[in-house]
Amino acid sequence: MTCERLAAGTSTLHTTDPRVKLCLAFILSVTIALLEGCPAQFAALAAGFLLVCWARLPVRETAGRLVAINFFLFLVAAVVPFTTPGVTAFSFLSLPVTWQGIELALSVWLKCNAIAAVNIAFLATSTIFSLAHALAHLKVPSKLVQLFFFSWRYIHILEEELGRIRTAASLRGFRPSTSLHTYRTLAWMTGALLIKGFERGERVYMAMRCRGFNGTFWLLSHFHFHARDGVIAAAGIVASLALLIMDNRTRCILFN
Amino acid sequence: MYLVQLKEINFSYENGPSVLDGLDFVLQDHDRIAITGPNGTGKTTLFHIILGLIRPSAGEIHAFGKKMEDDNDFSECRSRAGLLFQDPDDQLFCPSVMEDVAFGPLNQGKSHNEAREIAEKTLRSLGLWHIRDRAPYHLSGGEKRLAALATILSMQPEILLLDEPTAGLAPEASEKLLAILDTYPARALVAISHDRLFLDALSAKRLVLKDGRLHS
Ligand SMILES: Nc1ncnc2c1ncn2[C@@H]1O[C@H](COP(=O)(O)OP(=O)(O)O)[C@@H](O)[C@H]1O
Ligand SMILES: [Mg+2]
Repeated sequence: MTCERLAAGTSTLHTTDPRVKLCLAFILSVTIALLEGCPAQFAALAAGFLLVCWARLPVRETAGRLVAINFFLFLVAAVVPFTTPGVTAFSFLSLPVTWQGIELALSVWLKCNAIAAVNIAFLATSTIFSLAHALAHLKVPSKLVQLFFFSWRYIHILEEELGRIRTAASLRGFRPSTSLHTYRTLAWMTGALLIKGFERGERVYMAMRCRGFNGTFWLLSHFHFHARDGVIAAAGIVASLALLIMDNRTRCILFN
Repeated sequence: MYLVQLKEINFSYENGPSVLDGLDFVLQDHDRIAITGPNGTGKTTLFHIILGLIRPSAGEIHAFGKKMEDDNDFSECRSRAGLLFQDPDDQLFCPSVMEDVAFGPLNQGKSHNEAREIAEKTLRSLGLWHIRDRAPYHLSGGEKRLAALATILSMQPEILLLDEPTAGLAPEASEKLLAILDTYPARALVAISHDRLFLDALSAKRLVLKDGRLHS
């Protein structure tokens, strides 16, 4: 399953209590979002990178995810230096680029990548099922947990159906090109995908009801909070505080 | 007393033609019933109605000596009558086979240890113990079917409702399925199937679904 491919591993992070990982992912994400100066943001990115290394995730898959995020970040980073008011650094095609704009773009880039790395390390190393279970344990309202779980379940179903439809089309010699035939076929495929996905979703839900599903997510291997999880939790909190303190001391030394 | 009784059931899907039209059906202890009929005549629909997954527009459903009125009634019925879905992919959704098989017993209020024991026993008796940690969606067709059966048998249902259980199975897999069904102490069994060999081996009474009703 695409979004669970990183969850199959045996590193320390993979086997850490998902409740701890969820909390740390949340705390660190908020902390990183609050950092104002570049030095602390660099440190956060480095920390995120180290976490990903520690989780021993497959490099290609992980890099692929970061590339996807950075594609969107690139759009922001390309515009912000021109549109932020401030002291002009240089001109590009006779448009002024400001120091403040450069700093903002850099800071957005650093923070987003740091947050993405932290979340890949902490969240992608659990299966969705155990994350849903952990959310329920952390007293997140059951409706939200179900919403989360079923979004994933249905996205997965759509993904499977898409695979099947694609195979069926290519077996009959369909090669996408820029023609009316292609567009019409793609439109039909989209329609078929939505209907089939919806119907399959209905049946999965029926099957769950047949087995007495009432909103509870059971996990056979129940979470056990080990001393090691406590150490990781403490280390995560100390790291957050350290980042905030560092930010406070070093803020804005680069550009003013 | 009947285990299941349907009286004068009418059903049609939204904006669709009538699927079931005045259908009557009874299931008694020790019954083994085979339902056949062309594709799209409403056999699957009939099973879904028995378990209250969809509601008929008219008619009465009685199960285990009780008239089924609301979802509470049906949820007890679903735990005592196990439905094997036509497509095993609909039935398996947990991260591992073991967890899928334990899901039903846990919902029935069994403790983790009990559920684990039941799941282990079920998987071993179906010869699936070696795939307990695999992801259900990566199994072969035959393994998926048996895993789906395991998720039902682990709930220890009194009645088995099997929707085309041998469709797409190799002969050996069908035989294995038969052997399992032979040893399972079900009070009654209903199978939708066109598989002659399977139905002969089950020695089931045949009913044909046609024009919205069951004919013998
Ligand atoms: N969810 C649905 N919505 C609308 N029509 C449906 C749905 N499911 C089945 N049908 C229609 O109802 C009829 C009976 O379907 P089904 O019970 O699956 O038949 P069988 O199992 O006998 O092949 C078919 O004509 C089918 O197209
Ligand atoms: Mg059917």
